[in-house]
Amino acid sequence: MAEMWINMGPQHPMTHGLWNLRVKVDGETIVDAEPEVGYLHRGIEKICEGLTYPQIIPIADRLCYGSSLTWSHLYCLTVEDLMDVEVPERAEYIRVMSIEMQRIASHLMWLAAYAGDLGLSVGFTYTMRDREVFVDLLQALTGSRLTYNYPRIGGVAHDLPPDFERDALRAVEYMERRLKEYEDLFEGSKIFMMRNVGIGILRKEDGMNLGVTGPSLRASGVSYDLRKDMPYSVYPEMDFNVAIHKDGDCYARYRVRMDEMWESCRIIRQALRKMPEGRWRIVAPRTAPAETGLGRVEDPRGEAVMYVVGDGSDKPYRLKIRSPIFVTVSAAPKILVGYKLADVVAIMGGLDMCIGENDR
Amino acid sequence: MNLFEFCYGIIHWLVDLVNNLWYRLGDTLPWYFGDFFTAVGDFAASDGHLTFMTILLECIIIILVALINVLNFLWIFRKLSGRILDFYGPYYVGYRIGGWLQNLADGIKLFVKEIIVPKKADRLGYLLAPIIYVGSSLLILSVIPLSENFGLSTNESGEYVTAGALFALAAFSIAPFAILLAGWSSNNKYTLIGGMRSAAQMMSYEIPLILCAASVFLVAGSFNFVDIVDAQHDIWFLIPLFIGFVVFLICLIAEVEIIPFDLPEAEAELVEGWTTEYGGMKFGLFYMTTAIRSYAGGALATAFFLGGWHGPSFIPDEIWFLIKAYIVYTVFMWLTWSVPRVRIDQMLGVGWRRLLPLAVLNLFIAAVLKSGGWI
Repeated sequence: MAEMWINMGPQHPMTHGLWNLRVKVDGETIVDAEPEVGYLHRGIEKICEGLTYPQIIPIADRLCYGSSLTWSHLYCLTVEDLMDVEVPERAEYIRVMSIEMQRIASHLMWLAAYAGDLGLSVGFTYTMRDREVFVDLLQALTGSRLTYNYPRIGGVAHDLPPDFERDALRAVEYMERRLKEYEDLFEGSKIFMMRNVGIGILRKEDGMNLGVTGPSLRASGVSYDLRKDMPYSVYPEMDFNVAIHKDGDCYARYRVRMDEMWESCRIIRQALRKMPEGRWRIVAPRTAPAETGLGRVEDPRGEAVMYVVGDGSDKPYRLKIRSPIFVTVSAAPKILVGYKLADVVAIMGGLDMCIGENDR
Repeated sequence: MNLFEFCYGIIHWLVDLVNNLWYRLGDTLPWYFGDFFTAVGDFAASDGHLTFMTILLECIIIILVALINVLNFLWIFRKLSGRILDFYGPYYVGYRIGGWLQNLADGIKLFVKEIIVPKKADRLGYLLAPIIYVGSSLLILSVIPLSENFGLSTNESGEYVTAGALFALAAFSIAPFAILLAGWSSNNKYTLIGGMRSAAQMMSYEIPLILCAASVFLVAGSFNFVDIVDAQHDIWFLIPLFIGFVVFLICLIAEVEIIPFDLPEAEAELVEGWTTEYGGMKFGLFYMTTAIRSYAGGALATAFFLGGWHGPSFIPDEIWFLIKAYIVYTVFMWLTWSVPRVRIDQMLGVGWRRLLPLAVLNLFIAAVLKSGGWI
């Protein structure tokens, strides 16, 4: 068969979201690849210039359907940096706990999509079922299930609901039991290992040169986690390990995310135990000085950065968003070439694409 | 009374009834019409015509029974997937019978959809492919007997088509042709790759499948389904030819194209593989044919290895046969929902490097057992 270009997207089961991956195949082997993004561009950065600071929080939620809480949290961090607002300690603990819950929910959604991509139906439904546990918790905490609109500039919207600590501890215990089950289900399957081990190797140097961050980089053996290396919020108080793996293949990326879920469970327990009493929100100023603010957090998908420029009014002059997936997807040609067509789903699924934040 | 006698009785009665009227009609007409009428009536009452019509009726009855079973299979497929994957299967349509009517409802829905042919598709091939696929799959069912008395027999003593098993396997392997035709004529890159994959897959898994069946033929000493099942009266072939049974099941899964071997229609990478361009009832036919082939596969495994209709006699023979076929299908489904999909090169590797030697080993064991007279 002659070489030909195949469009995987924009309407394709492989693409979780609206993007296009053009691959050039020689028979079944990939000889070239070319990601195309931009189908979901909503102009969020521009929209934000016309809104007041509190109005942007729900917009920031819409950046990523998988981990919206992380993005609104990042936005609040950035604006607090701009306005020099001190957040009450209880609010910091609540934030850390809720974004770790969001991280577990996000990774579970990734695992479900990944299992679905590989054709493992049971992995899809079981992980989505257990994601519900954390979505329900976040619903009890914030009132919504997908876009939470929970963090505020200077704290969080409201305190923990009654009995939340008990429910959260139960959920964490349940999750730890389930995680063992998933490890048995996935790694116990010979076919799953055949599809993952040694597939889509991202070398350490390539990963660093291309700016890949997050689990995809940590799977290549680079210990780079902003929660440890550039701590924000109350992460220095928490005792957890950075999950790394040295192989850089799909299995390593899977393994890193599974380990991160274990670590997130630990962090949630510690946050609940150490959570002080007190206020959960202070009144922040309406206007920001003509300065700049910068926020960096460890998103479930990598390093997320927001940069905001104030001009003395109640609206930002400019808001810049650095999306982790936008950078990670540029590594696609590097890790796809030489593998089979069927590996495209394993490799691109393993990167955990989220197009909302990618196209902004 | 076997199916032949039953059908023969019906046909004989019908022909007598019609001929009676026919001759009377002929009598009222002038003589030169009358001769023609007599000739047609005599032909209708002739032995050859009666046998032909009987076999036709037999085929229709067997295929109708098979199609009802296929509906059951689709229902099991949906309910069982619900049980395994943690959701309810269909239950609204046909509430009292567990949602059994859902498939009929889906069929009606697909049936009223428009038949769309892609502009750049090769029209003849595009429309011919589903017909070949469904037709060849129904052909398999026509020769598989459910019991000694319920099968396609050619005379009153109940003698079955001599090479029925061979015919079933031959009909089983027409499908890659239809799939390749469908993939190529749709004029789409996904379907082309899917069709190529399917051809490679089916050809490489056909050989171990036939070799395993050959070991059964060798031990039973016949290509006839009834003889094969009768040879298992004392011991099911499952026990002496266990390797063959396992290889046969794996090859059947590949032939039926369900996960883990559903690469030709791997939805994650090839959208729907070679069925991408097919919509409406054409898709419905493909969907149904998967169940037909699963049923045929289960029936073949039952007849070859699981003792066919042998079982304690408090349950009728036909039901025993169906129970066993259903169990084989359930195992297929169980496997389908709990493993991921393999890659094409890995799959071909398994086929040629593992299953083929095992099938040859199984054939060797069968030859040793047969020549030693232990079976």
